[in-house]
Amino acid sequence: MLETLKITNLHVAVEGKPILNGVNLTIRRGEVHALMGPNGSGKSTLAGVIMGHPSYDVSEGTIELNGDNILEWDASERARAGIFMAFQRPMAIPGVKMADFLRHATTNVRNPNRKEGEQLIPMREFRKELREKMAQLKMDEEFARRYVNDGFSGGEMKRAEILQLAMLLPKFAILDETDSGLDVDAVKLASQSIAEIGGAEMGILIITHHDRLLEHNVPDFTHVMLGGRIVETGGVELARELYTEGYEKVRERHPEDAAVEKEMSSTGKTLAAGVA
Amino acid sequence: MATAIASPGFSQASFDAFLAARNEPSWLTDLRLKAWSSFLELPMPSTHDEEWMRTDIRLFKLDRFELPEPTGAISPQDIELPNALLAAGVDLAGHAVAMNSHSVASELAPRWARQGVLFGSLAKLVREHGELLRPFFERHVVDPFKDKFSALNAACWSGGTLLYVPKGVAIEEPLHSLSAMAPRGVDLGKTLVILETGAEATFLSETASTSAEGSGLHCGSIELILEPAARLRYVSLQNWGQEAWHFAHQKAHVAREASLQWTIGALGARLAKVNQHVALTGPDAEAQVNGVMFTEGRQHLSYNTHQHHQAPYCKSDLLYKTALQDHSRTVWRGMIRVEREAQRTDAYQRNDNLMLSRHARADSIPGLEIEADDVRCTHGSTSGRVDDHQLFYAMTRGYTRREAVRMIVAGFFQQVFDRITIESVREALGEAIGRRVSDIQETVVA
Repeated sequence: MLETLKITNLHVAVEGKPILNGVNLTIRRGEVHALMGPNGSGKSTLAGVIMGHPSYDVSEGTIELNGDNILEWDASERARAGIFMAFQRPMAIPGVKMADFLRHATTNVRNPNRKEGEQLIPMREFRKELREKMAQLKMDEEFARRYVNDGFSGGEMKRAEILQLAMLLPKFAILDETDSGLDVDAVKLASQSIAEIGGAEMGILIITHHDRLLEHNVPDFTHVMLGGRIVETGGVELARELYTEGYEKVRERHPEDAAVEKEMSSTGKTLAAGVA
Repeated sequence: MATAIASPGFSQASFDAFLAARNEPSWLTDLRLKAWSSFLELPMPSTHDEEWMRTDIRLFKLDRFELPEPTGAISPQDIELPNALLAAGVDLAGHAVAMNSHSVASELAPRWARQGVLFGSLAKLVREHGELLRPFFERHVVDPFKDKFSALNAACWSGGTLLYVPKGVAIEEPLHSLSAMAPRGVDLGKTLVILETGAEATFLSETASTSAEGSGLHCGSIELILEPAARLRYVSLQNWGQEAWHFAHQKAHVAREASLQWTIGALGARLAKVNQHVALTGPDAEAQVNGVMFTEGRQHLSYNTHQHHQAPYCKSDLLYKTALQDHSRTVWRGMIRVEREAQRTDAYQRNDNLMLSRHARADSIPGLEIEADDVRCTHGSTSGRVDDHQLFYAMTRGYTRREAVRMIVAGFFQQVFDRITIESVREALGEAIGRRVSDIQETVVA
């Protein structure tokens, strides 16, 4: 059976404010999906809710991995089941070396039933694999000895996320604006890397504003989000059109969703004004 | 009708009996008598005293405890000792055990004894080597008249541990001591470490209760004397049960070109009030002070640290790291004092706190008093939390919640562990802390 990640009629609110209003999306292993849309349309929320972020409330709908509803699973269980997200803004963990962080993570993801305190992957074996993956990504070995994301530049953080993707080799990977903050060459390297580390084996959801990341990871499907819903799905040509022409035409084609978008952004402003 | 028997506590009669049974040199008896009258005169500290402002000891009742029995030949077979954490897998030059202020056992490798090293019960060794030790006692490294607790220890110390290393002798393996306390026990230990000119040693000392419950009183002192060019690595781990009261005065004299690395671990006690003081008394002396603390429940740990630069070209570097969970509380008051003659001082102090609960509280009060005009003195303190985002991030990499919290806490302590050059100590502290980290559900609601 082809493994699938299936999202059905997903409604999500954050602090009582609706963000996703009925998202439907099915990703099969081996497919590349691009998710595009204006700021505030709900792309990152969708990524976070797939990954199990605790502050999102799902009021309706399901997320299924191979037929199992995973909404009750925490992020750790989802990671062990083969779901990964490259963060837009990864967190620093001072005092914890990248290599140690990844050794524990890799052990848990590869042995999903591992109990706390049980053996980790042998050091020698892990180091060898890590060195190989870092060479493949053209990363300096010194990187493994640095503390996780601590004092990393924007580009270093994104590359560290791709290294983690390469080590954890998930079934499904969400890349949340992995290209933002990177220069042209870095994006090229990143997109090549994703393809090289076995992207073809994964189901990938790429959230992006640009089409550069898509060059080496040509999407099979492009989805456009507006007002908390996926309003259009097409091929790679849709991604190119959006990149060159923006979202005005999409709004014209979907006036109701554009109205929701407007309302969502104005309540957002009201909330922000209330806080200020 | 039953008649309550009054506890002798710390009465004149019990002190007289204590003293009469000791058979000590007369200069030491005189010291004890002076300290005793000071103990009687001094008031119990209260929150009106600046140093005690944040540390309320009204619930501490001294009369619930008693002076140690005058005699106390305890055989190690008769008691169940708590596990020693610091010496696991370490080849030791010597080892000493005390229980409720009485020496239980001690040994020192013959090769070091032959070179004149003394190690073991201070009470016993001061009777045998009184004239050698007298000047060090009379130096009053810890001021017996500073407060009621320092006076009590100076008057009534019992058992205790001595390490004396003669000139030029470098002991390769660490020495280890364990001071244990049973429920309702009293530990009035005094630790005296003397390194003569050019001597070197590593001393791992730890305290622990025989059971996690049951009150106890530690009123102790530690004096570290480093003569010129001596090198000492001293570790003290306080791991009493959660009901013990811990009052301690600890001070080092570091002479010219001598170097001290002093690591404090604090895990236990219901309430601890510690004065840790390093005096750099000769040019080019150095002291590195490391503190690792983990509190839980309703523990209250209060540390007053003092880096006293009395001579030029000295360096002191203090780093205290504390993680707090549940309703626990810590106070750190740090002072760097630089005398007028201590030019070219390089002094640093820092205290970092990691809050694992919204109900924990950490007060950090750094201070500088500088009389010299050509110095470099810096200080800092931080307080942070383990936040949801960090936890979520680690969990998306397959960590369970608890593994994620443990990892973040371990990372927090890494900076201070990197400075501790004794592997067994790093491992013991790391493991002890890891075992204690529970979940941090409360913060996540925030």
